[in-house]
Amino acid sequence: MKILVALKRVPDYSVPARITPDGSDIEANKIAINPFDEIAVEAALRLSTPQRPAEIVVVSIGNLASQEVLRHALAMGADRAIRVETENSLEPLDVAKVLKAVAGWEQPDLWLLGKQAVGADAGQTGQMLAGLLGIGQATFVSALEWQGNELIARREVEGGTETLALKLPALVTTDLQLNTPRYIKLPNLIAAKRKPIETLTLAELGITPRQRIQRIKLENAPARTAGIKVSSVPELLEKLRTDAKVLS
Amino acid sequence: MTVLVWAEHNGISLKKSTRQTISAAQAWNEPVHVLVVGHQVSAVAQDAATLAGVAEVIQVDAPHLAHVLAEDLAACLVEIGKDYQVILANHAPYARNALARAAALLDVGMVSDVIHIEAPAIYTHPVFAGSILETVVNTDAIQILTVRGSAFSETAPAPVAHKITERNAPKPQGLSRWIREDVHASDRPELTSARVVVAGGRALGEQFNTLLQPLAGKLGAAIGASRSAVDAGLAANDIQVGQTGIVIAPDLYIAIGISGAIQHVAGIKDSKVIVAINNDPDAPIFQIADYGLVGDLFTLVPELVAGITGATSH
Repeated sequence: MKILVALKRVPDYSVPARITPDGSDIEANKIAINPFDEIAVEAALRLSTPQRPAEIVVVSIGNLASQEVLRHALAMGADRAIRVETENSLEPLDVAKVLKAVAGWEQPDLWLLGKQAVGADAGQTGQMLAGLLGIGQATFVSALEWQGNELIARREVEGGTETLALKLPALVTTDLQLNTPRYIKLPNLIAAKRKPIETLTLAELGITPRQRIQRIKLENAPARTAGIKVSSVPELLEKLRTDAKVLS
Repeated sequence: MTVLVWAEHNGISLKKSTRQTISAAQAWNEPVHVLVVGHQVSAVAQDAATLAGVAEVIQVDAPHLAHVLAEDLAACLVEIGKDYQVILANHAPYARNALARAAALLDVGMVSDVIHIEAPAIYTHPVFAGSILETVVNTDAIQILTVRGSAFSETAPAPVAHKITERNAPKPQGLSRWIREDVHASDRPELTSARVVVAGGRALGEQFNTLLQPLAGKLGAAIGASRSAVDAGLAANDIQVGQTGIVIAPDLYIAIGISGAIQHVAGIKDSKVIVAINNDPDAPIFQIADYGLVGDLFTLVPELVAGITGATSH
């Protein structure tokens, strides 16, 4: 059994992002592993059991700085890592094409990805990869377990959940509720430095990225401003009836 | 050039968000076709056929589409959508699941969560938890996008019914199997389209439901929860409001015991009126609330329930 987990390096979601002074880009100070991807790594570790041991390989696309998120996953317990070298930020469809090419080399039984990357918030890559590979998919998954040779996945949908059974090979994207990633102990962090990180280039994978969706402009979303404080429930009801006119 | 809207439905009629998506589809000034996929969905097709702004309804009806899987829906979207120039749907779990898969199979990019269509192929959508709006142009031959329904008005009923065309479903893909759904039965409006939403935070503790239900009942409101309330096990994840949950834009949003974390505010900031009730006068939620009330939730909320006399105004 082999599980591949795709990781993205994203701005820290707890730090507000800012538009650069020239308006062309978004500046985000701190950089971290996408929290949904960290959950995907944890899910891979939990799916690997003595009865069904899995080799867990983590993949990231980016420059040398992406090694940080790969080391993080290795310290959590992943076995080895692959970094696909590029200085550019790829669109979801190109990311999916790169990962498909990696799948050609690695032949995984299961792909795990975060349901979306913090920042771009698109939530497309997993579905695109599953489509390109022609394999089954379960997205926004909040519970995952083996049952015989099938993977049982509970998905978060509007108003409740939906449960699917997936034949392998398959692809799963993870929701926040799936698990709480483990705390990394210092010895594991040190041990992760000795785990291998292989580097591949887009040319080796035969991928030429193409920009399909071009940014025209960025603007700050209109901010809400503080209204008034009321001192009592009757005053609140009065305001809602006569000023806001949302109550009769 | 024609535009295809994938319709989300409950087996009988279209969801409100689909009627909003049909409005968004008018931006191209081209005929709009509505794709209804499911099993025994003639009533849904009829419903779609009697809406303004719809030129034709395409019905794909087959037993294996009763509980539609992403692989099968994407196959329908590719088979039928390849003859269209625009494919769009409401930005909700089933559409997000299948449209991105279909986009990859058609070898085109996709724009998610569009809130404004400036011109054909030019879209504005929120990024970074809604704090920044990005406007993009999609240069691909087939435009695929999900739109935020609440950002568009609902299309009106049409005086005459439009044509319904039946198309065969592609073969079942057989890659995954539907087992069951657990949908919380509720007589309350859907969270995504409710006019009034009351939501609670972790501060409500064990009284989450006993405190919120009477208020929601009187207001005809949907109930939501903050992420910390969900994490504390007080509420189900499917009512989580925020960047990582559901984004809503009701006429009236009442946040009770919710501090107002960035990710929560991202999910409510397009509400028309925001009311915050919190015992902490410095809670960040007050910085965005139209009306703030500081005090003990456990006495203020029952007082509010008692004070509401009629229904909410329309």
